Amino acid sequence: MKKILMTGNEAIAEGAIQAGCTFYAGYPITPQNELIAYMAAHLQDRGGIFIQAESEIAAINMVYGAAACGVRVMTSSSSPGISLKQEGISYIAGSQLPAVIVNIMRGGPGLGNICPAQSDYFQATRGGGHGDYYCIVLAPASVQESFDLMRTAFELADKYRNPVMILGDGMLGQMMEPILAKGEGHMAYGNHKPYAISHKPKPWALTGCKGRKPNIVRSLYMAEGDLEKSNLKLQKKYKAIQAKEERWEEILVNDAEVVLVAYGSMARIAKAAVKSLRSKGKKIGLIRPITLWPFPNKIFWRLAVNGKRLTFLVIEMSYGQMIEDVRLALEGKAQVEFLGRSGGGIPTEEEIINKVREFADNNLTNSRTRELK
Amino acid sequence: MKKIYCHPKSLRNVSTHYCPGCGHGIAQKLVAEVVDELGIREKVIAIAPVGCAVVAYDYWDFDCSEAAHGRALAVATAIKRVRPQNIVFTYQGDGDLAAIGANETIHAANRGENLSVIFINNAVYGMTGGQMAPTTLLNQKTATTPKGRDAKFHGYPLKISEMLAVSPGVKYIERTSLHSPQEIIKTKKAIKQAFLNQIEGVGFSLVEVLSPCPTYWGMPPKSALEWIRDVMAKEFPLGRIK
Repeated sequence: MKKILMTGNEAIAEGAIQAGCTFYAGYPITPQNELIAYMAAHLQDRGGIFIQAESEIAAINMVYGAAACGVRVMTSSSSPGISLKQEGISYIAGSQLPAVIVNIMRGGPGLGNICPAQSDYFQATRGGGHGDYYCIVLAPASVQESFDLMRTAFELADKYRNPVMILGDGMLGQMMEPILAKGEGHMAYGNHKPYAISHKPKPWALTGCKGRKPNIVRSLYMAEGDLEKSNLKLQKKYKAIQAKEERWEEILVNDAEVVLVAYGSMARIAKAAVKSLRSKGKKIGLIRPITLWPFPNKIFWRLAVNGKRLTFLVIEMSYGQMIEDVRLALEGKAQVEFLGRSGGGIPTEEEIINKVREFADNNLTNSRTRELK
Repeated sequence: MKKIYCHPKSLRNVSTHYCPGCGHGIAQKLVAEVVDELGIREKVIAIAPVGCAVVAYDYWDFDCSEAAHGRALAVATAIKRVRPQNIVFTYQGDGDLAAIGANETIHAANRGENLSVIFINNAVYGMTGGQMAPTTLLNQKTATTPKGRDAKFHGYPLKISEMLAVSPGVKYIERTSLHSPQEIIKTKKAIKQAFLNQIEGVGFSLVEVLSPCPTYWGMPPKSALEWIRDVMAKEFPLGRIK
């Protein structure tokens, strides 16, 4: 199988097209511009529809309209643009439409800068817009996984009639890696097998009411009790997603006394730190959440209740957002430490190693302690 | 005996929630009649606005989508692009189309999207309680212009139809009114033209309909009709704009 060199942004676009995405609307913003350019260059030629919208707001509402017609749809942007899309995402969730939204995160708040960051974790995993809803959030950590997870994203969106967000960052979007990009590259990640592409009929879609009663796509429920009924339906769906769709990658966690927790690009650096510390005999592992919502609670609980003394070190390109989910998952059963930088700073392998030594040097089992020091 | 009139098939046989003397019921019935006459009920996809007409889908009997406030033409753009075989139209008020959604309106028009737009101009925000609209006339009192619209503070009534007409993407714009039976007939004709244009692939077509809102104009329904004729139609002249 021949590998090709692609940026993460291009791999997301190609993965989307191969997953059956036939409608894309977007608005330029750095660092995701390769994605919209790839869609402009390829989607139309391969039978899809590409629109450069007049704003991120228009783009997400175009996605709403196309999703209402039952086709596979996507938009992409970066942090400030994603803030603009939040109203539309809330409508998509409220109207139970399947759609994929890509956020290639940059530094914030405000105009921030165009450096990679992970500061939109709260926005992505807590709904982001108004009302009680969640997006399913997937966080790829490599260009190959960016490609592969697109199929998962579209399948999950269709299966649950819910918005799915791909949460990457500027580093992942811009870096080039060789990937298998001809379908065969769809490999399994973590604890889930890849989806086969399915195109189940969507009887709720707007197609004209020929031979059936009119379909209405809506999120407005004015009659007494109707909105609560609709919200309870959404909550039931979210419970099912939480029960079935947690995804994560675990590395050397079973004998670990310190477990690093990182997602996306940050997990790549954390992995290097694990390798380095393991080579020195330190009992250290890594949990890499792949779904950020639903957060992979199960693995944390499994490790925390086995009675061993355990410290989790959460590493983020933010000042501490995912750490809240780690704490919630552990319910106080283990020590949680944090290392984070944002606004252009990225925690380095050395900083991670130093942090581990700072809190765990005395406790961490080590047959070759002298060597490390 | 020959049947010359009946309840439109595209209009459900239910009471509307509109205030006495409101123009929405008339305009929506005209749309339903046109859809029936063109035989396109099973092909139509409507986009309802946010505003008084948000639940238009409770009255029309064909496929319909909501849109966030102002975004109807972005939603419609995508629907028409995905399903060019369907007839797609938006029904929007002045706040929806000319204030919060002005950007979507301008760009959908300028792209020359093959859509039909029914633009209800009643010079006021109805659903939220009678606040100033972009089309509110000078000196007109509203909840947010209690001393009347003052150009110095609130700017001028926005003539968005005339603004849109300068774009080569726009093929047909007509301004009509609901203040008399004659004008209602003209309105229906214009709505039909906007749909025919789409069927023939002509391009972006918009009908601006001056419509009474007695409740928030603070006058009885009959006076509201006279006010359109004597005051509003002076600021917003009726007839073909493009």
